[in-house]
Amino acid sequence: MARNVSTGRKLITTVVAWTIGILIFFPILWTFLTSFKTEAQAIASPPVFLFFDWTTENYAEVQSRSDYLKHFMNSVIVSFGSTLLGLLIAIPSAWAMAFSPTKRTKDVLMWMLSTKMMPPVGVLVPMYLIFRNWGLLDTRTGLVIVLTLINLPIIIWMLYTYFKEIPGEILEAARMDGASLSKEIIYVLTPMAIPGIASTLLLNIILAWNEAFWTLNLSAAKAAPLTAFIASYSSPEGLFYAKLSAASTMAIAPILILGWFSQKQLVRGLTFGAVK
Amino acid sequence: MATLHTRSAARLMIAPSVLLLLAWMIVPLAMTLYFSLLRYNLLMPGMEEFAGLTNYTYFLTDPAFFQAIFNTLAIVLGVLFITVVGGTALALLLDQPMFGQGIVRILVIAPFLIMPTVAALVWKNMFMNPVNGLFAWLAKLLGLQPFDFLANAPLLSIILIVAWQWLPFATLILLTALQSLDEEQKEAAQMDGAGAVSRFIYLVLPHLSRAITVVILIQTIFLLSVFAEILVTTNGGPGTQSTNLTFLVYAQALLQFDVGGASAGGIIAVILANIVAFFLMRMIGKTLEA
Repeated sequence: MARNVSTGRKLITTVVAWTIGILIFFPILWTFLTSFKTEAQAIASPPVFLFFDWTTENYAEVQSRSDYLKHFMNSVIVSFGSTLLGLLIAIPSAWAMAFSPTKRTKDVLMWMLSTKMMPPVGVLVPMYLIFRNWGLLDTRTGLVIVLTLINLPIIIWMLYTYFKEIPGEILEAARMDGASLSKEIIYVLTPMAIPGIASTLLLNIILAWNEAFWTLNLSAAKAAPLTAFIASYSSPEGLFYAKLSAASTMAIAPILILGWFSQKQLVRGLTFGAVK
Repeated sequence: MATLHTRSAARLMIAPSVLLLLAWMIVPLAMTLYFSLLRYNLLMPGMEEFAGLTNYTYFLTDPAFFQAIFNTLAIVLGVLFITVVGGTALALLLDQPMFGQGIVRILVIAPFLIMPTVAALVWKNMFMNPVNGLFAWLAKLLGLQPFDFLANAPLLSIILIVAWQWLPFATLILLTALQSLDEEQKEAAQMDGAGAVSRFIYLVLPHLSRAITVVILIQTIFLLSVFAEILVTTNGGPGTQSTNLTFLVYAQALLQFDVGGASAGGIIAVILANIVAFFLMRMIGKTLEA
């Protein structure tokens, strides 16, 4: 039964919730609006909210001045690259642990998760030196490698919790019908696993896109993804609110959209299946 | 039997992940441990020598270290307090029937999806800036002196920014947990004459306790390593007022090139995180059995 609530109470809840929601969202809305202002309007006092001359010149300016697209592509390559590579390594592992568990499977899973608990700063020095000596500093390859490693435990865990939900009997039936291991994977497991893999992919792209410890420390001008590129606006010379807003809007828009589509998976992935 | 074949295949499939993570876990950490026992500065190549525990004593007696430990804990506890209390309140609110619930949910979740450098810079420039920020304008509107947040209260400002980013996480998880609460139980309690407050204390809160624990533990892991927000807002300053342990090690390594000292700091950070991780693993381990 649905709860019976008076329309009056529902209205009050609606007003309160919308007010709080808009307040929480406001910094993002404000960034979006400011990205269409001129620099003068961006710092006008009193601030202008909607009634200003909307302009898209900031977007053009950001691109022409700093080759924004290059950094955007770095973000795309690094986040998609590390996610796909991670999935490639993780899918067989998660599959094996979900369907042929041994006594030690749980320990292996817990151990994998424990690598995620290591604070990145604990290995910053050696990673920096290794990257420097191997010529990986400020390369997209280097970033893909690091982000694959730091997110691998999350990918394996998420896939594992999804694979666990696929009924094992179906696999046994396929096996009895004489399906080989590879056929079992291609025709039976994959179609059922696609939703879980897609969710894992989404969440991991979000995490990799926003990762801001390794990308800031291991990249400079060449391979810098958007996290590091935006950070360059922190210098006082970079106090151009409208341009900062335009750069920021383009950096966060794709992930906002992805994230809104995967709210449920977000909870599950981020709590390692502890809250569903 | 097929099981033998399957078992060795399974091992083969797990091997790459295990080997990669093992290498990722052991090689750099062993190097950090080794460096932490050396006098090793990148500006003086070839001068490395064994230094015993000097780096640790240096680090552990540095006033900046204690400030950093204090700041690290302040950020973790401050953000946890705001997000858990605020998140519980928001989750309770969002669980009520209302118009446009889906849209409000989307609005509330958004900050979590924003990259840390964008979030921090937007707050720093467009809100907290004492001249052009919106807060300064609001203060003037109310006849108050604009407050220079990042200069006068750097740590608090960073806590507020990070809390804004993590509030959606707590809300989302607590809301998910709340929605799994049996509706009939609530109705039964209501019929038995339990008021809203006692229903919250005796029914809702115990139901949420697990989710709250998960929120606290997972956030702690991430909050111990807050970095980008500090880098782009205060750069750890003024002085070391907003330097946390992660930032201190970063500064030691990449700004002062003191490999030995930074490594000792890194090892200390690992030990701290392990204490937290110990509890988190036990929590999740229990879930796995269930």
